[in-house]
Amino acid sequence: MLLINIAGFAFIALIIWWFWLYTPKTEMNAKAGLVIKVQNGVYEPARFKIAADKATAIYFERIDPSPCAETVIFPDLQISESLTLNEKVRVELPALSAGTYPFHCQMQMYKGVLHVE
Amino acid sequence: MIQTHTLMIDGASCSSCVVKIEKSIQAVDGVESASMNFADRTVSVSGTAAIETVVQAVKTAGYNATVQAGNSDDEALDEKERSDTAYYHKLMRDMVIALGLGVPLMLYGLITGDMSVNTDVERLSWLSIGLVTLAVMIYSGKHFYTGAWHSFRNHSANMDTLIALGTGTAWLYSMAVVIAPSVFPELARHVYFEATAMIIGLINLGMALELRARGRTSEAIKRLIGLQPKTARVVRDSSEIDIEIQDVQLGDIIRVRPGEKIPVDGEVTEGTTSIDESMLTGEPMPVEKKIRDQVAAGTINKSGSFLFSANKVGKDTALAQIISMVKRAQNSKPPIGRLADVISSYFVPTIMIISVLSALVWLNFGPQPSIAYAIVTATTVLIIACPCALGLATPMSVMVGVGKAAESGVLIRNGESLQTASKITVMVLDKTGTITKGAPAVTDIIETGTYQEKEILRLAASLEAGSEHPLAQAIVESAQQRDIKQAKTSHFKAIAGQGVSAQLDGHTLLFGNEKLMNAQNISLGDNAAKAQALATEAKTPMYFAVDHVLQAIIAVADPIKEDSIAAIQRLQKQGIKVLMLTGDNRDTAKAIAQKVGVEEFFAEVLPDQKVEKIKELQSQGEIVGMCGDGINDAPALALANVGFAIGTGTDVAIESADIALMRGSLHGLADAIAISKATLDNIKQNLFGAFIYNVAGVPIAAGLLYPVLGVLLNPVIAGAAMAFSSLTVVTNANRLRLFKASSH
Repeated sequence: MLLINIAGFAFIALIIWWFWLYTPKTEMNAKAGLVIKVQNGVYEPARFKIAADKATAIYFERIDPSPCAETVIFPDLQISESLTLNEKVRVELPALSAGTYPFHCQMQMYKGVLHVE
Repeated sequence: MIQTHTLMIDGASCSSCVVKIEKSIQAVDGVESASMNFADRTVSVSGTAAIETVVQAVKTAGYNATVQAGNSDDEALDEKERSDTAYYHKLMRDMVIALGLGVPLMLYGLITGDMSVNTDVERLSWLSIGLVTLAVMIYSGKHFYTGAWHSFRNHSANMDTLIALGTGTAWLYSMAVVIAPSVFPELARHVYFEATAMIIGLINLGMALELRARGRTSEAIKRLIGLQPKTARVVRDSSEIDIEIQDVQLGDIIRVRPGEKIPVDGEVTEGTTSIDESMLTGEPMPVEKKIRDQVAAGTINKSGSFLFSANKVGKDTALAQIISMVKRAQNSKPPIGRLADVISSYFVPTIMIISVLSALVWLNFGPQPSIAYAIVTATTVLIIACPCALGLATPMSVMVGVGKAAESGVLIRNGESLQTASKITVMVLDKTGTITKGAPAVTDIIETGTYQEKEILRLAASLEAGSEHPLAQAIVESAQQRDIKQAKTSHFKAIAGQGVSAQLDGHTLLFGNEKLMNAQNISLGDNAAKAQALATEAKTPMYFAVDHVLQAIIAVADPIKEDSIAAIQRLQKQGIKVLMLTGDNRDTAKAIAQKVGVEEFFAEVLPDQKVEKIKELQSQGEIVGMCGDGINDAPALALANVGFAIGTGTDVAIESADIALMRGSLHGLADAIAISKATLDNIKQNLFGAFIYNVAGVPIAAGLLYPVLGVLLNPVIAGAAMAFSSLTVVTNANRLRLFKASSH
């Protein structure tokens, strides 16, 4: 039983580390016209960098027909766009100061992070 | 302004063409980027350059280019309906397959009470069923497992994670029992294939029903988009031809026949008609239109055939702006939803932790077979938890509430405005143009001599025709409305601070205030008292004399809108204190305030003093709404907790306030508050329901009731509850569609 309990608590620690503490290191630099695919419950790429103080346009291409995926929201930027299925929808990101700006779907099932440097 | 266009290219046959085309476009001044997709022969161009110049540059390079029309709202809506319908059918198909296996298995379990593995024959049978269940999981539940896997790799977790873990655990445990039953205590040799299939089937069913219910939440925006006609009848070279709406150019002369929708915004150039603007403004009465009046896209021509000149097309029309604003607002979130957002972001991993803890508790302290109890409770916890209900609670209500408001001619900028509007304690109303019509008009003509009313108005209008004063214009307009023709006067003279004088047919005409009459030694007699009585009714009395004999007192006033009194009463009944601010004199302000039932008013207030008054009210802890015309009151509207811009028809400055009222009636204001309150109530119900569902459901699933009642929640019931919790939220939001804002 002791081993099972240790395994159980190790599993809990793993959940905490994997979902909350771990920060993925690989981030791609967004070129003008970066296309973020919306499919299989994730944005791909879900984390990307853009330069500070420069307006940038990116595209979201929704492949997932589930209504969960139909809206992308950048809450800090007051941006909310409806994503038409199988189309590239342009999102204009204004010139931003350095920082981290999360984006997600209405129910926060799809999540991503925009880094401005 | 930076714009992006897509050009369709003809004549490009190799990769060197791509380079040549891109270079030719990049050479155009103002082009920031040009990127060609050789596969579909399109090039995306961004920058400030005129697209016609870019097209010409491509042609000069030896290729043909045409601008690809952007996907219109209409097309996007059609595409959404097509994809939603296809997805609905897929979900229903998945549901039928999964329940086709799950229901017979569950019935078998209920009838025989035997879902355990004890003999080799049972092992073989359950192995076959387990493999069939796996096939069903792959066919009907593939989207859960792929979604969960991709999320996991991305260090995030969502609803798919919970479903995949829950059903996966049940299936793996069952297969382990089938493959190696001796490893498990005899009582724990139970299989849960029916639970796996049932959960997948029920969740697919819930998602399909939710998809249908979601479609209804966006009916208001669909109606608005549906107002846009697809063609316009344009006059070209003396003949009328029907062209696509996107081909209409500024300045085109367009014919609209009775019963047709107006295709773009413009100005009437020929004919008169009445137009139904209710779909945009909420105003039920048709509006008369004559030459030089403005008409708006999407409104319906009720009577005459007329011509108008297009002055706004495409995304610049009032209808397009309204659609854009409503869509933006529908996707925004009020602050009340932020707590749910925070919870949602931690929700799934927390449920996974609770599931593991629950299993550990049952393994350590549960009765035998503890492993079976641990598996059932861990699975049920994963399945019953519903992050979607929490996530949907706010946006679904906002979607319906904002759409409902738009149907009443109330345009709400965002979720924050919606929420604050529901909490307003003091509503400050500007007088001119808000409570009153904002257009002075002659209200009284009191005859005091030998001249009759019609002749008095003819002479007064003839005299005032040379004056620029607003009161003079009111008199001239009054004469025009009664088809009284003005005569030409001579020796016109404006006497500063007193009035005007002129000669007509040898008679001396005088029009002005008491000072003018006194200066000209004209006796007023008891008429001064009559004038004073008019003044206390918020009217401005003036005297009219012919050849130094007083002939009339003419009063001019800015009339109160017909429904201002009723609308103010509606606001007061909602518990809101109504105040009036005006730059007018105290007597007029007092009279207006008394007439409309406003107890507190502030007169002779300059625009910057309006701001001070709003600040003062806010410092007293009031949540202040300010309603004005959006132009003169802009600073006060901006400072108020919620600024309401009121307009007449589609000319309201919809970008100037938190909430724009498309019709001039103050009922729009009362409607806006009522809809905001109803929407916030709906959000609270949804959030409460979603919180309670999860807060109560998860502990019950973990077995909290077992020590007291000796019962555990069946994972299939948990699956059904989870599937229908989201549907309940969406259905409750849809109740708002039945809300009737107007009580007038």
